[in-house]
Amino acid sequence: MSPIDKPADRDGAREAILGKVRKSLGIDGQSGARDAVVERRIERPVRHLTPARVLKPKADLEALFAATLAAQFSTVLPVAEFSDVPGAVATYLRQTNLSGRLGIGSDPLLEALAWNGEPGITLVPGRAAADTEVGVSRAIAGAAETGTLFLASGPENPVTLTFMPATHIVVITSDDIVGPYEDAFNVVRKLYGPGLMPRTLNLVSGPSRTADIGGKIVIGAHGPQRLAVVIVKSTAPAAT
Amino acid sequence: MIPQTPEFKANARAALADPQLQRALSGLPTGLVAQRTSAKARLPEFEALRDVGRDVRNHALAHLDLYLETYEHNATAAGAVVHWAETGAEARDIISRICTEAGARIVTKGKSMISEEIGLNADLERQGFEVVETDLGEYLIQIRGETPSHIIAPAIHLTQDQVEADFRALHTHLPADRTLVEPAELVAEARGVLRQKFLSADVGITGANFLIAETGSSIIVTNEGNGDLTQSLARIHIVIASIDKVIPTLEDVTTLLRLLARSATGQEFTTYTTFSTGPRRPEDPDGPEEYHVVLLDNGRSELLGSEFSEVLRCIRCGACMNHCPVYNAVGGHAYGWVYPGPIGSVMTPALIGVKAGGHLPNASTFCGRCESVCPMKIPLPKLMRHWREAEFEQGLTPPRYRRGIALWAWFAKRPRLYHLAARFGIAALSAAGRGKGRFSWLPFASAWTRDRDLPAPQGRTFQQLWAETQRGVPR
Ligand code: SF4
Repeated sequence: MSPIDKPADRDGAREAILGKVRKSLGIDGQSGARDAVVERRIERPVRHLTPARVLKPKADLEALFAATLAAQFSTVLPVAEFSDVPGAVATYLRQTNLSGRLGIGSDPLLEALAWNGEPGITLVPGRAAADTEVGVSRAIAGAAETGTLFLASGPENPVTLTFMPATHIVVITSDDIVGPYEDAFNVVRKLYGPGLMPRTLNLVSGPSRTADIGGKIVIGAHGPQRLAVVIVKSTAPAAT
Repeated sequence: MIPQTPEFKANARAALADPQLQRALSGLPTGLVAQRTSAKARLPEFEALRDVGRDVRNHALAHLDLYLETYEHNATAAGAVVHWAETGAEARDIISRICTEAGARIVTKGKSMISEEIGLNADLERQGFEVVETDLGEYLIQIRGETPSHIIAPAIHLTQDQVEADFRALHTHLPADRTLVEPAELVAEARGVLRQKFLSADVGITGANFLIAETGSSIIVTNEGNGDLTQSLARIHIVIASIDKVIPTLEDVTTLLRLLARSATGQEFTTYTTFSTGPRRPEDPDGPEEYHVVLLDNGRSELLGSEFSEVLRCIRCGACMNHCPVYNAVGGHAYGWVYPGPIGSVMTPALIGVKAGGHLPNASTFCGRCESVCPMKIPLPKLMRHWREAEFEQGLTPPRYRRGIALWAWFAKRPRLYHLAARFGIAALSAAGRGKGRFSWLPFASAWTRDRDLPAPQGRTFQQLWAETQRGVPR
């Protein structure tokens, strides 16, 4: 599947390393029991301890998700319907004096919205370019545990839109908000199949930041300086 | 990097006398340490998660061969090219060959401690590649020609004034009269300079916090987003990871991620946690066309079977150094090699040998704070003690210490004499120290007291106090 040939690594490095590992573990030869343990663990992943903060009714999780994101230097824009998204985005951009040129992927829910009804908004489809100032993505899940958005790369959601523009806007429906990370991973498994992943799965919990200059926290490092999250309350998206 | 580890004492003395460094280090207790404490307080399950995390790592390491094979199988199925390197030299060769075959000119890098371990930058630069560190802290030390002084905050030893001076000296294409007063202004300048590098890079190299066997993914955890720009904008993404990083499943890594950010920076979760699996897909508009993973052993497979195997649980959070009184006093450079602090004192002799690194475990007060905060519950003081023994056994302990230990052993085997001598010594010290409580200078021990105070004893030996307590004598 890879377009390139694997360069010849030193012959036998793989066998040598695995051999040393086995020797250190005191294993010689095959052991069916160990194989079975590993196979079972991969095929039926065990959940460990889930923090009590997410063992709550759905409505509380949605509130926790929004509150945690807001506490992490993000702007939360609640809207009632999917069709309200362009208006909320346009208002936010106007209020913050930002460009209305939006880099956007081919996500069917986002594409179907009536963006052209909003004066000042133009869509630039595809990946981000060096001069893309605002990127719009849709999250496939959100974990209330730490206000974390799950973004899967692909044509619907080019990964460069998440990292290159100074402003990132993420749309999520409240249906897709779950409690712990494990529930969000199950959403990924459902979409891609067990054991499979998009090229990149990005867990985003705020705008980029750094504390490398004298230990002081600065919001806005290499990635976006602003993160706005539009949370769509309606369970029935208008556009499908 | 040539180890400067044998110079620890001289380095430490210089560090203590360096006002810039002392100012930079003074922020640790109110910064990372306090932030971890409050993050821990917000998660009642934190202590229980440490046990789970330790068990996950122990399980993964006990089946490391099988999880490595599973990881390789799943990563390859997703289009990754997996390489194996027994030594740092082999890893460097693999990486420089990929860069050469790609006709690369500019190589951007996300933060990776093992790339420091194997001296990757110097090697690539020797071959004519322009190597650009993109984590802000790594960039700051790269332009100064320094090495990281902390595993998660590599430039923690620098003050803002130093950064401003460096930027003014280096970024001469920018107006000389620009203002660089606020940290945000310095960050914005670095963002602009490095953005050009991201856009023109041919190869992007990142480390990996974890590898997932279940999905064949590599994971990076960053706050700046630099690792993601590194790996998404270059045509080729190379991941370098040590073999101990493999974790079975997403559920398993979740536990470790819950502990990592809280232990490291005191954040609830790091801003960006990115799972990468294979190169870009045929329909993808962005992402790298090639995705290579270099699995590096460099001594780990042998550590696995040794008395030091527990150190392989480390998730490189840095909590042990943040809480270490020695690290807080002298900073990371004094340790003289890549990994400072308690984890460095255990890893360094394992990686570069007892001869070069074996006395680092002596740079400890054995106060035990490192073990008490380590999210993976690694018994760091015990492991340091093992190294001290190894150093002593191999006759590498300096003669003065050996003579001292021999003298102590002679007394210790003669309890009556030991008590008598101890009683005499303690009484003398107590009388001399009365009213002061501590000594800042002692005859025959001036080298020790130059940088520390010795608390004056209270007049009786431990054995006397113990005997009195046993008899019920009120103190
Ligand atoms: S030894 Fe423990 S505390 Fe130190 S860096 Fe590793 S995981 Fe963190």
